Amino acid sequence: MADELKDIVLNYVTKEYLEDDSEPLTYDTPLISGGIVDSFSMVSLKRFLENKYAIAIPDAEATPEAFDSVNKIAALVQRFAAKKG
Amino acid sequence: MAYSDKIRGTYQAQIKGIQDAGLFKEERFIHSPQAADIEVEFPAGSPLKKVINMCANNYLGLSSHPEVVKAAHEGLESRGYGMSSVRFICGTQDIHRELEHRLTEFLGTEDTLLFPSCMDANAGVFEAVLTKDDVIISDRLVHASLVDGIRLCSAMHDTIKHSDMGHLEEKLQLHAGKRFKLVVTDGVFSMDGDTAKLDEMVALCEKYDAMLLVDESHASGFIGKTGRGTHEKCGVVGKMDVITTTFGKALGGASGGCVSGRRELVELCRQRARPYLFSNTIAPVVVAGVLKVMDIISRSTERRDKLEKNAAYWRKGLTGAGFVLREGDTPIVPVMFFNAKLAQDFSRALYDEGIYAIGFFFPVVAQSQARIRTQISAGHEIHHLDKALDAFTKVGKKFDILGKTKQEIIAKYGM
Repeated sequence: MADELKDIVLNYVTKEYLEDDSEPLTYDTPLISGGIVDSFSMVSLKRFLENKYAIAIPDAEATPEAFDSVNKIAALVQRFAAKKG
Repeated sequence: MAYSDKIRGTYQAQIKGIQDAGLFKEERFIHSPQAADIEVEFPAGSPLKKVINMCANNYLGLSSHPEVVKAAHEGLESRGYGMSSVRFICGTQDIHRELEHRLTEFLGTEDTLLFPSCMDANAGVFEAVLTKDDVIISDRLVHASLVDGIRLCSAMHDTIKHSDMGHLEEKLQLHAGKRFKLVVTDGVFSMDGDTAKLDEMVALCEKYDAMLLVDESHASGFIGKTGRGTHEKCGVVGKMDVITTTFGKALGGASGGCVSGRRELVELCRQRARPYLFSNTIAPVVVAGVLKVMDIISRSTERRDKLEKNAAYWRKGLTGAGFVLREGDTPIVPVMFFNAKLAQDFSRALYDEGIYAIGFFFPVVAQSQARIRTQISAGHEIHHLDKALDAFTKVGKKFDILGKTKQEIIAKYGM
């Protein structure tokens, strides 16, 4: 699940935030500290993850640090998915 | 006295960091009224230099127009210098309400409320009309003042790619469950000079039951056939739920702004918007000046027509000389350099040639998108534009960027 999850997040971030001529993302590209995703735009990403994986991420956990790379986001989602399971 | 060496050292290090990154901003002192020809002291302490101003928001050339100056003098005499009050205590004169009526008529809305600036209008409007049950969907390139206003409001905030209507529709669907949806855009985007697709946005907002707010600061007075703004250009006058705009650019250039739009939304701003409630009223002298501006632009489209011709002449000239420009048809004509240092060096070289135009770079624009934003005015004559064009071409040759593509400029100077 981990790799599939990472690819789903990576594809979503690419489609949602990157312009056509942007450098491709890696799992470790800094998204928020790197200026690719602004803190406002995290809303879409959070909603997407919550809908896709039927989880609820409390606002206190949806920090810029926790959303700063595909790897970190995947870890966050896995943690909440495990709680649910 | 608690400003310790540690505190001072911390701030000094921050300032040095800004300087080391090449992002330090310096003011240039102008010793003359705002106009196409100005006298500038730069660097500080230098003798005055006569230069052509190519970067003012003085789109209609009204900042120092004799009729506006005269009206301001008369306003000063008849209504005094200051009001020493916010609007709702004892800061509303007859001319404040008169200007609100004039703006309502001009913008094609239901009511208008003056603010000390458009920054204040944008800071106050969202919190006054939205709650945590609502969502704001904004273009990612909207002005910083809108971003700040949105931050002050408890509504959810989401963004769309710049002018991407497919993305907007996706977001309107995504947030269908919210109580109210408010779509937010600039009319003319200040850094790129392109215009919002307000006709398509209105259609989408009607389809998905959303409100639409547009900041017309770089449009009011000259975009559209009679200068009413982007909504006139796009054929949707009367369909805007909220327009915010400034008097600090085309409309005389002094200060002040407004929220104009649906009657109830404007009334809630009067009751709740904090910059309206807790900041001083606009000075009578400014109100008198803006009223004269409204007279001037209502009796003739001569100035906005001249501006349109000037902008087309300038854009054609720069394109012919071989510069890379941002596409558009507004008086904002960004000349692209991509590399921040190149933009700054080019600006300094232009100044030596008698042309005042400033470089913009990160964080004001995205990384690797450094530019010199030129802004055309109805106050420019063709001889101003020709002289500026000669200077741009001369400096362009010196830096060897004429006829070069974006990729070639980046290859030569870096990102």
